[in-house]
Amino acid sequence: MDNAISPLQRRQARLAHWLVLPATILMLLIYIVPISLVLLASFTDYTLVSDYYEFIGFDNYTRMFGDEVVGNSLKNTVFYAALFLPGAFIISLILAITIQEQKQFRSILEVLYFLPVTSTLAAMTLVWGALMDSSQGVINNMIEIFGFAGINWFGSEDVVLYSLAIISLWSVIGFNMVLFLAGLTSIPQSLYEAASMDGADHPLDKFFKITWPMLGPTAMFVAVTSSITAFKLFDTVAILTQGGPDRASEVFLYLTFLEGFEYFNMGYSAALSLVFLGIIFLFALAQALLTDKNVHY
Amino acid sequence: MADITQRQAKTKLAWRAHLKPRSLGRAITTAFLFLGAWVMIFPFIWMISSSLKPTDEVYDSTFSIIPKTFKGFENYYGVLFDQPYLIFLMNSMIVCVGILVIQLLTAVPAAYALAKLKFRGSNILFGTVIAAITIPINVTSIPIYIGLVKVGLLDTYIAMMFPFFLSVFAIFLFRQFFRGFPDSIIQAARVDGFTEIEIIVRLILPSAVPAIAAFSVFSFVAHWNDLYWPLIVVQSQDKMTATLSMMQYQSNFDTDYGRTFASATVVTAPMVIAFLFARRLFIRGITMTGVKG
Repeated sequence: MDNAISPLQRRQARLAHWLVLPATILMLLIYIVPISLVLLASFTDYTLVSDYYEFIGFDNYTRMFGDEVVGNSLKNTVFYAALFLPGAFIISLILAITIQEQKQFRSILEVLYFLPVTSTLAAMTLVWGALMDSSQGVINNMIEIFGFAGINWFGSEDVVLYSLAIISLWSVIGFNMVLFLAGLTSIPQSLYEAASMDGADHPLDKFFKITWPMLGPTAMFVAVTSSITAFKLFDTVAILTQGGPDRASEVFLYLTFLEGFEYFNMGYSAALSLVFLGIIFLFALAQALLTDKNVHY
Repeated sequence: MADITQRQAKTKLAWRAHLKPRSLGRAITTAFLFLGAWVMIFPFIWMISSSLKPTDEVYDSTFSIIPKTFKGFENYYGVLFDQPYLIFLMNSMIVCVGILVIQLLTAVPAAYALAKLKFRGSNILFGTVIAAITIPINVTSIPIYIGLVKVGLLDTYIAMMFPFFLSVFAIFLFRQFFRGFPDSIIQAARVDGFTEIEIIVRLILPSAVPAIAAFSVFSFVAHWNDLYWPLIVVQSQDKMTATLSMMQYQSNFDTDYGRTFASATVVTAPMVIAFLFARRLFIRGITMTGVKG
């Protein structure tokens, strides 16, 4: 290509600037300016209730380390993620593998398992709240029929994160299953035939010799995106527990929301949101570094 | 008569062949899969069933799918006409449509420019797009909220839609898609005297229909189901979205439980019904980003 700029190219460049103009303006208003302001605000003691504020340096950040409430919310988030992630991964994978082998029922099963994903979680949370009601809920009724004591799903500090993890699992399994199904479909059938000729006929052999290695990139993708989903837990907490009982279900994003929009500690909340972004960013980075070599989009 | 018995015998045989050695294990797997599917859809069944019952029957110790006393008509009438659910649904619709239209109008031209035109700043813009993909609304909500307070737009449709007018994900997606469009066709169109706008509207857009459809589903479902942002900017009942209305029930807002679950059904029904009608498109659209919600 020659370096001389032809009139056509100049015309194109001018047009291109018009084409990206609306997006660029919105980019400034929605991302660049707000992110800069969040950063600035995180160094202040800004509250919405008074217009007076001071720059306090890194105080918000240092305060975070000593703040028991923040520590508690991180602990809750990690505990919840540790409950949620193995299920979100393993159950979805098993479902994908078994559903893929179904010939005539595959599509109906896919639809049934995917249904919770499309539904409005806020509405279904109300339903789960009723199903898990401690005194009259269907689930406790069932448990009591089998002779066990009913579980205080949302009233007990030791149980509430399990209950939230169950609801989240219900809402996300179909989603991960579809991602795994896509990964499974892209594994060439010839590999299985070759392995079978080599004597790897047992389903477990097939899984460990072919499916699992070939599914690596998909598995990584599901693991990372599920971690982000876990870290963004919000709806069920806001509707069912509001962080209770006694802060036992106060997760990080919900705390950030409370600090900003309930207590109006905007400066502190800004610092918390940046920590939130930092963690999301780490996940995204891990995903980019670990999957780029293998996945072709 | 003999013919029929013969045919029956044949189908029976075919069934046997299906069921023989290996298939027993497969049948058990299938049974378990349907059992699991029952667990997945049970909350929906319970919800619809309860929405047809009177309050005292909702928490009956023996659950039955078919209501003993049918209160379905009263419950749904109450939700749609005594309570402002028609307004809530309309608000959700306005917000979702508004967001989607602006997203497409801003993302498609930008994506085309990034994919097919050379211009100064294109690398910076694309880099910013990539960086912004990782930034969720939860991070930028404080300044955007304060900004909306300052300009007096809180509790308006604009406030409910504004942070989502630009979808960096859409720009990224469409750019990837447009890049696959053959340059030779674009060149030929230019030679034929097509302007760039005509090229976008008449050549690129029709070829991008699958990507645009999938993105539209993704956007619509995400914003219909969004609780976080409406919770922050909506203050009055007449701007409340269907999803946000579910927050009212966290306290004893409505002690008529039949009606409560009729409202939950009304809120989630549009997305579920749309999904059942366009299953492939929904599954593709919703799983597109990899992150749920």
